[in-house]
Amino acid sequence: MSASTTLAQPSAAPDPSKKNDGGSLKSYLGQNLRQYSMIGALVVIVVLFQIFTDGKLLLPNNVASLIQQNAYVFILTIGMVMIIVAGHIDLSVGSVVAFVGGVTALMITDHDIPWLLAVVLAVVLGGVVGAWQGFWVAYVGIPAFIVTLGGMLIFRGLAIVLVGTTVAGLPSGFNDISNGSLPAALGYLGNLDGLTVLIGVLAAAGIVISQIRTRRELVKNDLRAEPFAAFIGKLVVSIIVVGYITYLLASSAGGTPIVLIIVGALVLIYTFVMNNTVFGRHVYAMGGNLPAAMLSGVKTKRVNFMLFVNMGMLAGVAAVITTSRAGSAVAAAGTNFELDAIAAAFIGGTAVNGGVGKVTGAIIGALIMGVLNIGLSIMAVDAAWQQAFKGLVLIAAVAFDIMNKRRSK
Amino acid sequence: MANDNTPILEMRGITKTFPGVKALSDVTLSVSRGEVHAICGENGAGKSTLMKVLSGVYPYGTYDGDIVFEGEVSRFKTVRDSEELGIVIIHQELALSPYLSIAENIFLGNERAKGGVINWAQTNRQASELLARVGLSEAPDTKIMDIGVGKQQLVEIAKALSKKVKLLILDEPTAALNDEDSAHLLDLLRHLRDQGITSIIISHKLNEIAAISDNTTIIRDGQSIETLDMHGAEPITEDRIIRGMVGRDLAHRYPDHTPKIGEEVLRIEDWTVHHPNDSSRVVVDHASINVRGGEIVGIAGLMGAGRTELAMSVFGRSYGTNISGKVFLHGKEVSLKTVDAAIQHGLAYATEDRKHFGLNLIEDIKRNTTSANLKRISKLGVVNASEEITWAERFRKDMKTKAGSVDAIVGKLSGGNQQKVVLSKWLFTEPEVLILDEPTRGIDVGAKYEIYEIINKLADAGKAVIVISSELPELLGICDRIYAMSQGRVTGQIPRAEANQESLMRFMTQEKSGATR
Repeated sequence: MSASTTLAQPSAAPDPSKKNDGGSLKSYLGQNLRQYSMIGALVVIVVLFQIFTDGKLLLPNNVASLIQQNAYVFILTIGMVMIIVAGHIDLSVGSVVAFVGGVTALMITDHDIPWLLAVVLAVVLGGVVGAWQGFWVAYVGIPAFIVTLGGMLIFRGLAIVLVGTTVAGLPSGFNDISNGSLPAALGYLGNLDGLTVLIGVLAAAGIVISQIRTRRELVKNDLRAEPFAAFIGKLVVSIIVVGYITYLLASSAGGTPIVLIIVGALVLIYTFVMNNTVFGRHVYAMGGNLPAAMLSGVKTKRVNFMLFVNMGMLAGVAAVITTSRAGSAVAAAGTNFELDAIAAAFIGGTAVNGGVGKVTGAIIGALIMGVLNIGLSIMAVDAAWQQAFKGLVLIAAVAFDIMNKRRSK
Repeated sequence: MANDNTPILEMRGITKTFPGVKALSDVTLSVSRGEVHAICGENGAGKSTLMKVLSGVYPYGTYDGDIVFEGEVSRFKTVRDSEELGIVIIHQELALSPYLSIAENIFLGNERAKGGVINWAQTNRQASELLARVGLSEAPDTKIMDIGVGKQQLVEIAKALSKKVKLLILDEPTAALNDEDSAHLLDLLRHLRDQGITSIIISHKLNEIAAISDNTTIIRDGQSIETLDMHGAEPITEDRIIRGMVGRDLAHRYPDHTPKIGEEVLRIEDWTVHHPNDSSRVVVDHASINVRGGEIVGIAGLMGAGRTELAMSVFGRSYGTNISGKVFLHGKEVSLKTVDAAIQHGLAYATEDRKHFGLNLIEDIKRNTTSANLKRISKLGVVNASEEITWAERFRKDMKTKAGSVDAIVGKLSGGNQQKVVLSKWLFTEPEVLILDEPTRGIDVGAKYEIYEIINKLADAGKAVIVISSELPELLGICDRIYAMSQGRVTGQIPRAEANQESLMRFMTQEKSGATR
């Protein structure tokens, strides 16, 4: 009608947002290369180690200990992804784990605080440590790199002062957090733990239902949903993977490790927080364009502060798990944990400049690191070489990411 | 030796395709030796792509057609190849290193050195000579960050001269310059022309093109439409150029609008703001303005007049220190100490720099649309994704934002469509007062018209609209009343009927000493 409709000719410039791009399976896979390549890399690494270790990698007990040994990485990397997405970094989490772990052990051994209460206090203490760092970053404006570098030294120092070398003699209930499994409350199906099977079935059902709901929402709003074939394929693969892991765990010595429940719950909660809450949106908005976020009314200082409080609390959880796993608090606990968490986040596709990154991606990154750890250990590769190898994988993953981005430009 | 009648540059049948899109199609360009040749066209018409082909950013083999420079077919593999022949391109975003000196920047990558050791005497002497040629009287050891954008532009040209430039390409050279610096730059181009240096200038500013160019080639939708001889028998008007750019006559550049003005909505009184880094410097000086419902009020001013600073300081104190003064909404004094409070009170501020302050370019349309008012679609801190899509889709249709869906990444949209997302974002906050800072900057002619229509529609819906613009015709075309600012002070206000460019300019240039306060 008005001149405006005819005036603005569609220009010849590339318009990558044309509809129906998601139509063909091939183009869909192309667009989601990063996401699938990460999962692909994980699969390749698992298969390779399965071969190199003569099938030992996926023995039930090894899978259970893969989870137990790497629980701290999963937990820390959740917080780390959020910090990095917002454009910061946290170098102190390893030291915080040692410090909080030491205080927790001392509370239980020297002050006879019940271990369950001590666990709660550990998370609170982690939050206080996070508040300390968040104060400097958010309200004083010191770059997080500096604040947490300071924190790394401060809390390592405090851990050594408090712990000396070792605080031992922790109750078995506490030690079970990381080493124990859920009781076989439902008995056994053949040699499979019934409770584990139930959890597996619920997990698979949960994935299927949530995927179907998401897809229905997309289709309803006429948004780009993945092609039907890819959707079904994704569901089938998810069910097979969940089923296989369930089978392995159900036939392991203990069944479902307790930490798996903790990690699983945290992953669900934080995926929800990052995807569906105002807080999560604000984190992405700040990482994507900080001045724009400020001018949109985002309370950036408070969000930054909360991010560090949150990271501290997760470090508190990791401290409990690490101390429980070792059965004692050690002053040197948590050494290099920050690097594991940061590496997992970057391998999992988090952008170095912030603004982009997913909790699930970081978990896959952590799994890649975890499989490397345990696979190389089974192969009896020297720890020094393991470390060097993990470093190469980190560089390769980010290099792949950068080359992939360049090509798509 | 080529004689003077052969063109210095001929581009013949240039076709460049990106996956799925033909960006240039059989483009022909002929530039005579020693002329200033303008290229104009809407955003996305293919001007920049053409220049990238010419300068070797897109290497030989990735396009079809021939580039003939000084009579020889050129096959540039890199930008260096084209620079060796004397083709230098100065991009819109200047490529200078802020912490290095002028001299260091001029010879960056081309250092005056022997065996890797810099000869500082020679560097600075030659830099001084080059600076004299471009009319810049700064010491060669001044750091780039200490000089303004206008002077930085001149340093870029000095750098080009140091490379023995024969063909200088300037991509939107005056986009970030004030009028004075622009005039100086255009003078310099004329001067260089007299010295035999050929220039190609890409510009949106049609008055500049009319003032400086000898020939103007118009590109539309990836095709070369025509080349106008600016000194021919028929005088070339701005409207004539626009006709070529949009493919038809633009009867009116501004939509007709009859205002329905209501009660006063916003009044700012005695507003004073100091510079954030230097609290002794007054940036906004006892400014008072008001705007009524349904009214479109313009703020005119030269660079540094304090227009953006006034707007941002009112909008939740996002700029400045030692702010004093009063803000009234519907006659009641309010305190807007945070951006959040300003938004809650019904203010919206769409920034002049949408890429740096307005949008999250790596996010999609829907998330940008809702980002300033997530409360509206969330309960207990949880965002309702379905409602978000519905709202974003509604705004996309209302604004006629061109994108496949609200899932499209904002960074990949054209300037006009990005601006529509910015407007959507602020309309989603349900504002009563909209402050639009340079709402059509960097937007092509056709999309500008659409933005004006949107602004009119907002006013008709009873909103109070403040438009800050550096383009006087735009203010005169769409505003009901115009304030002029100079050196932080509001120096005058003129109703639309009485305003013209000259009267506004007088207020805009009014010096502080002449003020009576």
